[in-house]
Amino acid sequence: MIREERTPQSEKAAPHSGPCIVSEGLGAWYGSLQALRNISMSILAKRVTAVIGPSGCGKSTFIRCLNRMHEVVPAARVSGKVLLDGEDVYAPGVDPVEVRRRVGMVFQKPNPFPTMSVFDNVAAGLKLNGLRAPGGLAERVEKALRQAALWDEVKDKLKQGGAALSGGQQQRLCIARALAVEPEVLLMDEPCSSLDPIATARIEDLVRELCDRYTIVIVTHNMQQAARVSDMTAFFLMGQDRAGELIEYGETQQVFTNPKDERTEAYITGRFG
Amino acid sequence: MDQPQALEQAQTPGKVWRSLLRRPASPGDGLFRVTTLLAALSLLGLLLAMVVYLFGAAWPAIAHFGMGFLMRSTWDPVREVFGALPAIYGTLVTSALAMLVAVPVSLGTAIFLAELAPGWLRAPASFLVEMLAAIPSVVLGLWGIFVMAPVLQPVERWLAESLGFVPFFRGPVFGGVGFLAGGLILSVMALPIITAVARDAILTVPASQREAMLALGATRWEAIRHAVLPYTRSGLVAASILGLGRALGETMAVTMVIGNGYRLTARLFAPGNTMASKIATQFNEASGLETNALVELALVLFAVALIVNVVGRLLVRWTVARVAGGGH
Amino acid sequence: MIASARTHARRKATNYIMIALCGLATLAAVGVLLLVVGYTLLQGIAYLNLGFVTQTARPLGEPGGGMRHEIVGTIVLVGLASALGIPVGLLAGTYLSEFGGRVGSVVRLVADVLTGIPSVVVGIFVYVVLVRPMGTFSALSGAVALAIIMLPVVARTTEEMMKLVPQTYREAALALGIPRWRVIVSVVVPGAMVGIVTGSMLALARIAGETAPLIFTALGNRFGFAGLDEPIAALPLQIWRYAVSPYDTWHQQAWAAAFLLVMLVLVISVLVRWLTAWRRG
Repeated sequence: MIREERTPQSEKAAPHSGPCIVSEGLGAWYGSLQALRNISMSILAKRVTAVIGPSGCGKSTFIRCLNRMHEVVPAARVSGKVLLDGEDVYAPGVDPVEVRRRVGMVFQKPNPFPTMSVFDNVAAGLKLNGLRAPGGLAERVEKALRQAALWDEVKDKLKQGGAALSGGQQQRLCIARALAVEPEVLLMDEPCSSLDPIATARIEDLVRELCDRYTIVIVTHNMQQAARVSDMTAFFLMGQDRAGELIEYGETQQVFTNPKDERTEAYITGRFG
Repeated sequence: MDQPQALEQAQTPGKVWRSLLRRPASPGDGLFRVTTLLAALSLLGLLLAMVVYLFGAAWPAIAHFGMGFLMRSTWDPVREVFGALPAIYGTLVTSALAMLVAVPVSLGTAIFLAELAPGWLRAPASFLVEMLAAIPSVVLGLWGIFVMAPVLQPVERWLAESLGFVPFFRGPVFGGVGFLAGGLILSVMALPIITAVARDAILTVPASQREAMLALGATRWEAIRHAVLPYTRSGLVAASILGLGRALGETMAVTMVIGNGYRLTARLFAPGNTMASKIATQFNEASGLETNALVELALVLFAVALIVNVVGRLLVRWTVARVAGGGH
Repeated sequence: MIASARTHARRKATNYIMIALCGLATLAAVGVLLLVVGYTLLQGIAYLNLGFVTQTARPLGEPGGGMRHEIVGTIVLVGLASALGIPVGLLAGTYLSEFGGRVGSVVRLVADVLTGIPSVVVGIFVYVVLVRPMGTFSALSGAVALAIIMLPVVARTTEEMMKLVPQTYREAALALGIPRWRVIVSVVVPGAMVGIVTGSMLALARIAGETAPLIFTALGNRFGFAGLDEPIAALPLQIWRYAVSPYDTWHQQAWAAAFLLVMLVLVISVLVRWLTAWRRG
């Protein structure tokens, strides 16, 4: 597959866009160990936001707080607010189940359900929400698979097991699965780290296409990937007490060529991390 | 000694190990190996001896009754006519009842212990359920006679009165003992092993599976039902089969609460017998052909319990291998 | 796509109901245990006194008396069975763990099969091979029956525990020039010792409560230990006989004996847990 030369996302002119997910003073703990401190940032709608930083600085913890997956771990807790379209998802009485439908997630290692076919994998979220009529399901599944650029490769294999695909295909299947329920935001936790370069490139292309419709937050330890794919970049760093902090957040172009904080510069230029 | 050279040339842990094993053996090694080998072979010898001697002791009855032994319903020491059918039937009925009660309760408990219980509760609750397995069968039987049966009796009476048109529930009621009591007490014995194996099976499901379902917007139960349980379906089946194996081999507790009947009947409140209980109660009073017939009964029980247990264990091994090797 | 509010409410309700059901199931399981153990402890302790352990049975109708013969009998049977079953089980388990191979796989399967054999069948087998030729029920045959039940359990537990000892220990010892058998005895076995001990203790607790195999081998004896080639009393056997009798005094004795058995099992279980935790920590 020959890749055309494309302009990095960050160099395209980005019309002004409003915030979609906003964290205010977000802190996160695993038991008594603080993993995040006072993260306040505004993630813009229909843009790709990259979260970069060295290992252990809380990047994954941060996005897991955005869809209330952090609390799935026993003894985990959160303080502060996360506003989705202006409403705090951590307000009492808010059902995390509903939050997670609106904020989807793709994990580091592809995790399709091995006992389900390709079709059933994509349809899993839809069936939960009560959409069972076969006609309606088939439409939605095809739409999601097309959005994930997987339809052509699996349209004859819909009844086959979800685990029989290659690594890159499995990850796109997981993306289709997440997209099928039509979330507003898609969180991606190092989605390419277990994939080969070609599969990685396909997913990066996919991310750029998807941001027309979805707000995307992508955690990555690969700075080149962040530079290629994102509009905005957030740089996290572990503080003295091992809690992660937001050091710098701005347009990708600016963060990479003209960082405001010297620690950002040190990381970008490879002096550590 | 060529030890240092051997270690230098070896490059992988496997090569090191095998090179060390190729050293000239000391005299003690041979003796040790033979001794342990003999001990291991004694197990094999034991199993073979059991098959041979049981078959031999049952032979007069096998030759005399042939296949009819499994079909006949009388047990008559006077006329020396023996048939195993009611005993086989009793084993099947009580085991089926036991599974009917134990499997849902065990699975529910296993799910609770593996997925739902708060952290501080898991270890103590698991310990308590495992303790249930350690209670001797005769103690459970004692409890069955003096605690369970008196409680069961009014329940059975009520069922016989209100639902007596159903063949299962037709009276008379014999003080709370009978097939139903036998089935219930067996479910208590099967419960701990089903729970333990099922709980371990559920614990092997990778967290990413559950998280993937939760991230789609599933409730906790939906994540368990649609992602966790299907993943380990064979492990749950294996757990149930092992529980069945335990129920089949149970003797004392069942003997003490099943009454002592020998008729084929659908009535759950009627007294009955299982293969194990028939042997336990009848053997010491038997002689001659009856003894042979009871040994043949033991052989049938042996075969049934064996098959079920082997199938269960193989299924457990297959499940473990699948998760470890091909886990996603 | 917005799901209907009714669907959402239904899903929440199902979630709560199923979680509650699972909790109820656990409660039932634990509840039964507490009922059985609790009742045994309560009933047993009412009728348990020093005389129970030191005295023998009184004639029918007279209150009091004890089960000294049965307690001694169980100790003799369990002791003898352990003396027979544990050493052979240890050696067999050692072979399975350290030498393995094709023979090992076959023996392992056989051991698993043996653990699933109903104990009543084991009793019948020993009747055929020992009691009939000897012409008498005996303590020896009872002990052999219990040993047969113990053997595969001890073998498999020993194997599992020894396999947990890291390979590097063996390699380091071998590289020092220590003969292989010595490595196993002096390095691997001590490393697995706690697990082996706990496994043996659990097997012991199990056979102490076994009744069915003793019916056709030890038979029971109202007159105390009379030699290995004579019938011998045992606690679980007598519990059964007392329980199915029509006499209240005997029922009381059965409860007291059951109390002793349950206490034994409890103590061993707790000890095993404590030892396992101690080894891990």
